[in-house]
Amino acid sequence: MYRLGIDVGGTNTDAVVMQGSTVLAGVKASTTEDVTSGVIEALEGAIEKAGIDRSKISNVMIGTTHFTNAVIERKHLNPVAAIRLGLPATACLPPMVDWPEDLREAVGYNGYLVRGGYEFDGNPIAPLDEAEIERIAGDINAKGMKAVAITSVFGPINRAMEERAKAIIEARCDLPVTLSSDIGRIGLLERESAAIMNASLLSLSTRTVDAFAKALKDAGLSCPFYITQNDGTLMGAETVKAFPVLTFASGPTNSMRGAAFLTGVKEAIVVDIGGTTSDVGALHLGFPRQAATVVDIGGVRTNFRMPDVFSIGLGGGSLVRTAPSGKVTVGPQSVGYRITKEAMVFGGETLTATDIAVALGKADVGDASRVANVDRALVEAALAEIVRLLETSVERSRISPDLIPVIAVGGGSILMPDKLGDLTVIRPENFAVANAVGAAIAQISGEVDRVYALENGLTREICLKQAEEEATGKAIAAGAVLETIQVLEREDVPLAYLPGNATRIHVKVVGEMGGTHV
Amino acid sequence: MSSVLINAEDMDAIALGGAFLGTGGGGDPYIGKLMAQQAIREHGPVTVISPMDVADDALCVPVAMMGAPTVMLEKLPRGDEALEALRQLERFLGKKADALICIEAGGLNSTIPFAVAAATGLPLIDGDGMGRAFPELQMVSLTMHGIKATPLVLADEKGNTSILNTVSNLWTERLARAQTVQMGGAALIASYPMTGAQMKVGLLHDTLSLIKGVGETIKSERDAKRHPGDVLTRRFDGRKLFTGRVTDIERATTGGFARGKAIFKGVDAYAGRTFSIDFQNEFLVAKDGEGRLLATTPDLICALDADGGLPVTTEQLRFGLAVSFIGLPANPQWRTPAGLDLVGPKYFGYDHPFTPVEALHP
Repeated sequence: MYRLGIDVGGTNTDAVVMQGSTVLAGVKASTTEDVTSGVIEALEGAIEKAGIDRSKISNVMIGTTHFTNAVIERKHLNPVAAIRLGLPATACLPPMVDWPEDLREAVGYNGYLVRGGYEFDGNPIAPLDEAEIERIAGDINAKGMKAVAITSVFGPINRAMEERAKAIIEARCDLPVTLSSDIGRIGLLERESAAIMNASLLSLSTRTVDAFAKALKDAGLSCPFYITQNDGTLMGAETVKAFPVLTFASGPTNSMRGAAFLTGVKEAIVVDIGGTTSDVGALHLGFPRQAATVVDIGGVRTNFRMPDVFSIGLGGGSLVRTAPSGKVTVGPQSVGYRITKEAMVFGGETLTATDIAVALGKADVGDASRVANVDRALVEAALAEIVRLLETSVERSRISPDLIPVIAVGGGSILMPDKLGDLTVIRPENFAVANAVGAAIAQISGEVDRVYALENGLTREICLKQAEEEATGKAIAAGAVLETIQVLEREDVPLAYLPGNATRIHVKVVGEMGGTHV
Repeated sequence: MSSVLINAEDMDAIALGGAFLGTGGGGDPYIGKLMAQQAIREHGPVTVISPMDVADDALCVPVAMMGAPTVMLEKLPRGDEALEALRQLERFLGKKADALICIEAGGLNSTIPFAVAAATGLPLIDGDGMGRAFPELQMVSLTMHGIKATPLVLADEKGNTSILNTVSNLWTERLARAQTVQMGGAALIASYPMTGAQMKVGLLHDTLSLIKGVGETIKSERDAKRHPGDVLTRRFDGRKLFTGRVTDIERATTGGFARGKAIFKGVDAYAGRTFSIDFQNEFLVAKDGEGRLLATTPDLICALDADGGLPVTTEQLRFGLAVSFIGLPANPQWRTPAGLDLVGPKYFGYDHPFTPVEALHP
């Protein structure tokens, strides 16, 4: 059986065909406006190159940056009714209070505060004001909003009021509803913002997932397909229609996971060098190391699990220039996608990092004779600067003094030397399509994040075990195989300053998808 | 008269500096910052005045949040609880407040008084009762100077208020803590009503300017792609304790506090060594793998994300996170016998005597 991995980026759509741990073929195509035709071109190319029988493809995994880009560019977003259950608490900071003005405008800035919500122990702050929800339903219909996001205070502890409010809305409005308790963890503003962004993406997610489905159907593929989420695990396609926000930052995650898979290395620094920037992050146990603090998406504070990746302005198209002081600089300005016209080896007049790599004989692209006469001292100085930039960024991501390797992926990885300081560089085969490979090998997860009261004989150990079993149940329900389940995270945080032994437990498990593990 | 106007943009630096001097505890000041920014946009900037410019007979009142910061991150305040607590206290005293005080220049409480000051138009005094964050209500310089925590008013978002009159500040902590739990884990308080004359002696001066400066330093260093740890260490004549990655974290809830211990594997210049940090909400004691003391309460043990340079709270500590720890000398008042009785190692159950961080790293 084969797996098909597809990465739908802003510029390129890549596809790989894999059998077990072997990449049979990888193909790059351009992303198209309708999404579908670009996906078809890439996957047909990969299937043809691999020379396989497409009926033997058991699963398709897709990674996409579409939904992140929509929020960043403020495009294709629905007007949303943002309903918060929490009065008399929370009135001081209404929904979207810390959003950039243009994004608030893009989603219509319709915030509603309603009596209800819970205390930390799950008891109501106030009874749910159902009459007010009915009134809001009328307002939603009158104003023609397209989606609803409902967030209850301590919704992750007790979701009954969110569900009741949803039932009232659905009885009166024919609209999709996002519940915050399905999306996030403790932290009202971050979870609420995620729910609102999610609701605003529901039309786009339906269109996009349908476009994926159409592409696969047109290509004669009837197997199930999955989409990767921010921590490198998979969601069913129907889940993504409902929770597009969970795909945020899946791009860097896929390239790092792909790098891990292509090399078999589980502890490493991964450098994904593109045309304009390089993303640098660390792999631990084969998964991207997660960011410590809150992550900003399109100007909105979120508490999603995201890889701890930072970008530097170095890529294949980076401009190589000499400052008046004589210092040679590389980037952060870049010719970007115009590299195939403007770089010297491609017939242009701009000296780029790629030209330096060709001049040094490290890469064989374009016409090497066009850079044969570039001043040797300049070439050497530019190389030294490229190495310095890469070394500094790798050093920042380094987990330990252990000699872990550096894995170079992405189209621009011809810039990478064979050693960075004392670290060896690995350049896997198929490095250019590492993102699609990362999608093809993604895993299924289950997660629990809730406050437990350690009373009446309930110990920390019992609660952790319960949480682990619940997370495992969620993973299996989502398609994971029981025998492959591993605990990825397991932590408990007592609620500071509080007697009553309230503790917040967070457990995440991952496992291989049914029928695909090797 | 020296006074400074604080506008909404200044709150970013104050929140950042407050998180740093929060020494891992006190919660993330983000919510308080948003509340203050909103109040300032609505009512105008906050006037921060020097303690020495306050009249001796002025009524000065600290306003603060009490309870679990984690609860406050989810159950946001209604918005006027602290104001309600202040009004009730004024009614009880039969006198209007002339100025407001920040009780704790660390964590969430470094920003909340700005919201109340903006809403009331009252000036906020440049100072606080801790010079950092501490877990309990009585752990303020005011206690050392005989200033009573009561009458104290607690207010919740439902409209409940309560006035306490107690025999000692420790009793205030016990009774107020119990009511806070009943109020849903967090409440706003107005307490320690004092005269200007008492305030001038009892309060730690100029600490709001201090956290604003710290926040500005963290921001400018980060903008310049430098880790802020070096500059902050020099500025406070502090000591770098270590940089390490969390390899184990053990937490337990005892006595209503988050007590725990984190073990770190040294990185960079500290590679090959191990370290430990004990905490009770705030970081209390830093040691190396051989058990040698690196810094102890009441000196400040401040944490910055080793990569990004942002302050790290105890709740953010997790497996794999790389953190730089810095030890800073506490305000001299905390190093006196009376100060050590309130917040020294012995109060927190440790056997070791207090040794200043600069003596531990000559």
